[in-house]
Amino acid sequence: MELLDNLGLGFSVALSFQNLFYCFAGALLGTLIGVLPGLGPIATIAMLLPITFGLPPVSALIMLAGIYYGAQYGGSTTAILINLPGESSSVVTAIDGHQMAKQGKAGTALATAALGSFFAGTVATFLLALFAPPLAELALKFGPPEYFALMVLGLVASVTLASGSVVKALAMIVLGLLLGLSGQDIYTGVPRLTFNVDELADGFDFVALAMGMFGLSEIIRNLEDEHNRTLVAAKVKGLMLSKEDFKAIIGPVVRGTVLGSFLGILPGGGAMLSSFAAYSVEKKISKTPRRFGKGAIEGVAGPESANNAGAQTSFIPMLTLGIPSNPVMALMIGALIIQGITPGPNVVTDKPDLFWGVIASMWVGNFMLVLLNLPLIGLWVRLLTVPYHVMYPAIIAFCCIGVYSVNNNTFDVYTMALFGILGYALVKLDCEPAPLLLGFVIGPMLEEYLRRAMLISRGDPMVFVTRPISAILLLLAAIALVVVLLPSVQKGREEAFKE
Amino acid sequence: MFAKATRAACAVFRGIAAVPVVVVGIALASAGAHAQTFPSRPITVIVPFAAGGPTDTVARLVAESMTKTLGQQVIVENVGGAGGTRGAGQVAKATPDGYTLLLHHIGQATAPSLYRKLPYKVTDFETAGLITPVPMTLIAKPGFEPKTIADVITYVKANKEKVTYGNAGVGSASHLCGMLFMAATGTPLTTVPYQGTGPAMNDLVGGQIDLMCDQTTNTTGQIKGGKVKAYAVTTKDKVPSLPDLPTLQASGLKDFEVTIWHGLYAPKGTPADVVAKLNQALGVALDDPKVASRFADLGTEPEAKNRRSPEFHKQFLTDEVAKWKPVIEAAGVYAD
Repeated sequence: MELLDNLGLGFSVALSFQNLFYCFAGALLGTLIGVLPGLGPIATIAMLLPITFGLPPVSALIMLAGIYYGAQYGGSTTAILINLPGESSSVVTAIDGHQMAKQGKAGTALATAALGSFFAGTVATFLLALFAPPLAELALKFGPPEYFALMVLGLVASVTLASGSVVKALAMIVLGLLLGLSGQDIYTGVPRLTFNVDELADGFDFVALAMGMFGLSEIIRNLEDEHNRTLVAAKVKGLMLSKEDFKAIIGPVVRGTVLGSFLGILPGGGAMLSSFAAYSVEKKISKTPRRFGKGAIEGVAGPESANNAGAQTSFIPMLTLGIPSNPVMALMIGALIIQGITPGPNVVTDKPDLFWGVIASMWVGNFMLVLLNLPLIGLWVRLLTVPYHVMYPAIIAFCCIGVYSVNNNTFDVYTMALFGILGYALVKLDCEPAPLLLGFVIGPMLEEYLRRAMLISRGDPMVFVTRPISAILLLLAAIALVVVLLPSVQKGREEAFKE
Repeated sequence: MFAKATRAACAVFRGIAAVPVVVVGIALASAGAHAQTFPSRPITVIVPFAAGGPTDTVARLVAESMTKTLGQQVIVENVGGAGGTRGAGQVAKATPDGYTLLLHHIGQATAPSLYRKLPYKVTDFETAGLITPVPMTLIAKPGFEPKTIADVITYVKANKEKVTYGNAGVGSASHLCGMLFMAATGTPLTTVPYQGTGPAMNDLVGGQIDLMCDQTTNTTGQIKGGKVKAYAVTTKDKVPSLPDLPTLQASGLKDFEVTIWHGLYAPKGTPADVVAKLNQALGVALDDPKVASRFADLGTEPEAKNRRSPEFHKQFLTDEVAKWKPVIEAAGVYAD
């Protein structure tokens, strides 16, 4: 059977002593760098890219893949432990993950993330091996109208991220959209909402925004409350999952994997959407949606699995077509070019050892990540017992270094400080930062796809409904909107009747 | 990580060493002894784009060889943002001692016309030599009707209402090439901008847009894999890696020539003997068979020997600035 031959070739490449070593080194380095606040996969890979230049192409790509998973997992670790998401997908993990940590269940949250990721990674690897070329063709069917519809759906779903008031969540989304508008208009080059600040030409930096809104504001808030400060440290317990925990996460992990595998294939934001799509789904089908935002284990398991499955399947367009689906894949393509390999549709046939070796190494990388991280969980959790007067300054210092090193720009550090204060004010007003961040990420894409679709259709808005995929997605968005608004409308009516 | 560590170490070193270096620098300037002592510490080459892009690739290949020639580490640092002008601006303001360099592409010549508020001038740099002219290709979605480049020109003229042209954003190479193509054929097409070449290529392969012009680095794989239709190259001569493609010049577009040429720059005021030494090390890199073979993988080749001097680079830069000014002004697009 061809598939077995191919996988056999892949594993023979990935399991060679040399490649196992690079896979492990990549996963380890990725975890260590990624665990620093603010350093998500993109920054970590950009930083570590040069060390792979001296390696043979397959080893280099295997190591980079290892760095990618490692950094992603490292990013989730900081999101859970100290509420510092380094990239958009771990924003969702921070919501319930950090609440779990506060309740002393940091170990459980981290183990859930690791095991969920491993399961998702395994499934996605086989999906990739079986269906990569047809899936890539499917992704090509997604044009600007389809992406626009997908973003609309994403935006509607992001309301469910808030555990409190729907109105406040909507306000936060709109504020996020507004912040996302800042920067140069890609269609005309005209600067918008930049207030003559040159550094804003490329808009606000996501990492600076996220770390300010989540991390810094959390620190400020903790400072005002003497009693809460020792909360996390006092309650560290149980590092492993109980039987009940396993039961609770199986469903979310499977659903997250399916969602993530599908959305990850879509270039341009698909993988990013997967983690919070998974969160929305879990919250919607949960019998006790009130627990979400207060440390629900499903809120960690679903998104983390989706995130990892998406990370895996986002390799599909890159490996089969040579088209980067996100900045991380663009870096991988850069690495390939430096290695003297021209990325393109011919890589599968011309370099089967590379193609299948990388696919096999994804699974090996995920396995190593579990091996590496389950023992490390104890260490990470113990970090939380560091006294706050030592921990806070250290976190702030690392945040500054992390934010600075993304673009080598001091402006981003000031941005982070500013959003730290804004984030604190919002927390005081009971407004949650997660919907804001998603609005910030989705907003520019929404606009870009809308304008691109209109340009190509020459201003005819009917493209959104005449193209079937786009029509279905928009219909789903409409249904989701009704589902989201219905309870609050009903509640409003009940309250009206009371009077 | 090692590179980062070295870079961090260098930054610290630079900070500590700044004061004595200035003093020593002044002393040496009077003695005119630069070239004998240069370089005595690592050199930073700023690439004004993200790591992993085509320009970064060129820089890293050249830097590796120059490190061997100069006997000091040549470090590539990526300072992206604002279409390459942020990194360039940083080098324009750097100490002119040859330890901070810029490796930039054609954008160095188009920025003065694209940016009305550019915080530096092209004359704020010493030219240290051209590196490589990366060719571009005119490609179309699979199933695009025209068979030859002549057909394409007739087709776009007859269907200018219908044809869409994709590019990687204002000021990008694909944007420049498209502007020149529209000017040469006299057909303004609907331009669809993207955030970079990747997403644009995705939509071209998926048939969402019709035409695109992009560098061989990005297109060769797609052309050879049969995922896009290729019509012509934008260089004066045919491109060895794509022998079947005619040039646009030979296809009736007079004087049509665009390459993504790359050059090395030092801040203005860098001593001439230091620039000469850098130029010489660059020349050794371009003669390095390993560099040449990697360039070939990118679909390009090292700059011809008679075009490698700092003087040629200076004149070429001036000519390119003059060439693009009217094209950009006629299109009325600005990046700020």
